[in-house]
Amino acid sequence: MTELTAPLSSRRRASDNPVVKLAKRIPAFLVIVFLILITAYPLFWMVINSLKGKSDFLDNPSYALPEVWMWDNYARAWEVGNLGTTITNSIIVTIPSLVLIVILGTAAGFALEVMIWKGRGGVLLYVLAGIMIPGQMIILPLFTTFFSIGLVGSLWPLIIIYTAGGLPLTIFMMATYFRAIPREVFEASTLDGASILRSFRSVGFPMVRNAVLTVAIVQFFLIWNDLLIALIFAGQRKLNTIQVGLLNFSGEYGAIDYGPLFAAICITVGGILVLYLFLNQRIMKGLAAGAVKG
Amino acid sequence: MNSVLADKRAIAILLGPALLVYTLITMVPVVWSFVLTFFKGNPLQGFDFAGIQNFQRLFTDSYVHDAFWFTVKYALLTSIGQVVLGYGLALLYMFVLKKSSSIVRTLVFFPVVLPTVAISLLYQKLFQSAPNDGLVNELLVNVGLSGVDWLGAGDTAFIVIIIMDVWRSMGFYGVLIFSGLLDIPEDIIESARMDGARFWSLFRHIILPMSLPILFASAIFSINGTVKVFDSVFALTGGGPGNSTTPLTLYMYRTAFQYSDYGYGSTIALLLTIMCLLITLLLFRSSRRDNTL
Repeated sequence: MTELTAPLSSRRRASDNPVVKLAKRIPAFLVIVFLILITAYPLFWMVINSLKGKSDFLDNPSYALPEVWMWDNYARAWEVGNLGTTITNSIIVTIPSLVLIVILGTAAGFALEVMIWKGRGGVLLYVLAGIMIPGQMIILPLFTTFFSIGLVGSLWPLIIIYTAGGLPLTIFMMATYFRAIPREVFEASTLDGASILRSFRSVGFPMVRNAVLTVAIVQFFLIWNDLLIALIFAGQRKLNTIQVGLLNFSGEYGAIDYGPLFAAICITVGGILVLYLFLNQRIMKGLAAGAVKG
Repeated sequence: MNSVLADKRAIAILLGPALLVYTLITMVPVVWSFVLTFFKGNPLQGFDFAGIQNFQRLFTDSYVHDAFWFTVKYALLTSIGQVVLGYGLALLYMFVLKKSSSIVRTLVFFPVVLPTVAISLLYQKLFQSAPNDGLVNELLVNVGLSGVDWLGAGDTAFIVIIIMDVWRSMGFYGVLIFSGLLDIPEDIIESARMDGARFWSLFRHIILPMSLPILFASAIFSINGTVKVFDSVFALTGGGPGNSTTPLTLYMYRTAFQYSDYGYGSTIALLLTIMCLLITLLLFRSSRRDNTL
């Protein structure tokens, strides 16, 4: 009978009873509460501890709220942790890298997927090989070279390495997106007298705008969160990126200055949180699309 | 018509810059590093030809042996954790939360985007034991157990690293596998349900077999990332205590930048590259089969 009135919602007899139905939801509900707890609580814990004084941290349980709310920790973290400089450095490195990756990568993806020429399969494979190469395999020659031409001591090595490092995955992703656009679109646009370069700029690039954003998101997180390259080429205090700066701050003051260290971590996490609030669906989709780069 | 799309000059202008940057900054250094494996020394003191000494050392070095097995153990356990929990999450999104899963998905994904250094420092504090207990030890003490010096011993530090890396990326694998599950045709599941299949047998006979390709691809993605682990270990334990949590990546970094042995460092990097190469071959074979790429 229930099959007739509500064929979709009650396939099993037992679930007709509302109490049973509710009881069945309880395990799922608990799992969700547990998930939210293990994801969000450590972050909440970090925030309350960023607002504690030193004795408060040592004398009271860490899950207690602060006795006195030490907002001053944030000012000290910013100053002693050199955050102004490190965030600026990270931005100075990330933005040019992203622009270069997007322009070079999209153009190359177009040339490899839309243009017709002999040997493009081989070139694509050659580029793809770059996805698997670990940073360790390239840093020693690069360090030697950048040292001998005097670039060590500036942020240039980071920009150059991040750009080159981002290209294989970007070219691969862009080629995939261009594959979805019929070649006739580009041929038609050249009928009006536009050169193929112009047709790339005014037809091809706009058509993959969404893909460009996806690629930029993937690369943003890879570059912004990088530690290995930054440790080697931005070790000097004035060159520290945000990751290296945070690590150094922890090494120098982390054992004595808990509050400011937590505050510095909160500031680092907070910036990303704001970005995530606005772009979360895109970020999730984008990073899943770039999964091949572990 | 094809002549427009076969314009050699346009191809050179579009492809040239990217190919040049990639070749100079990635492929040339790879070959150069390979050459370095036959030398001993560093740029400041100069290089001496060493033949296959570095390779002989590689196979007898107990640190390499330990670092290799640490890397393998870490990569396998972390990948299993990430994929199993990710699958659990994906099933939860798909069959329990259904249309309302978006909020939970978004929340559990959040740690994925956080900087590794920040997370590692947070975990140092969560698992702290001196001078005072962190949250985890406080919980243990409150339920009547005794606190553990988590980062003070290799075995427990290893557990913390794995917990951290599973915690911060399970949301990612949840979303990845969830998007794979969406591809299972709904009418297959529906008709099995109509035939009276209970969830468990539905899962065992239909959902699990149909999600194997995406699970396999996820496992390969995961190993591909975890075998290169550097940031989280470097920031959380620094490879210690002693060398107990040192993966190959970190051992290579130390060899080159602390002991200034570029030749041997390159040899370790080559071992790592070969491991990555093997994993990548697996990756492309699997992706060709199920089109996840």
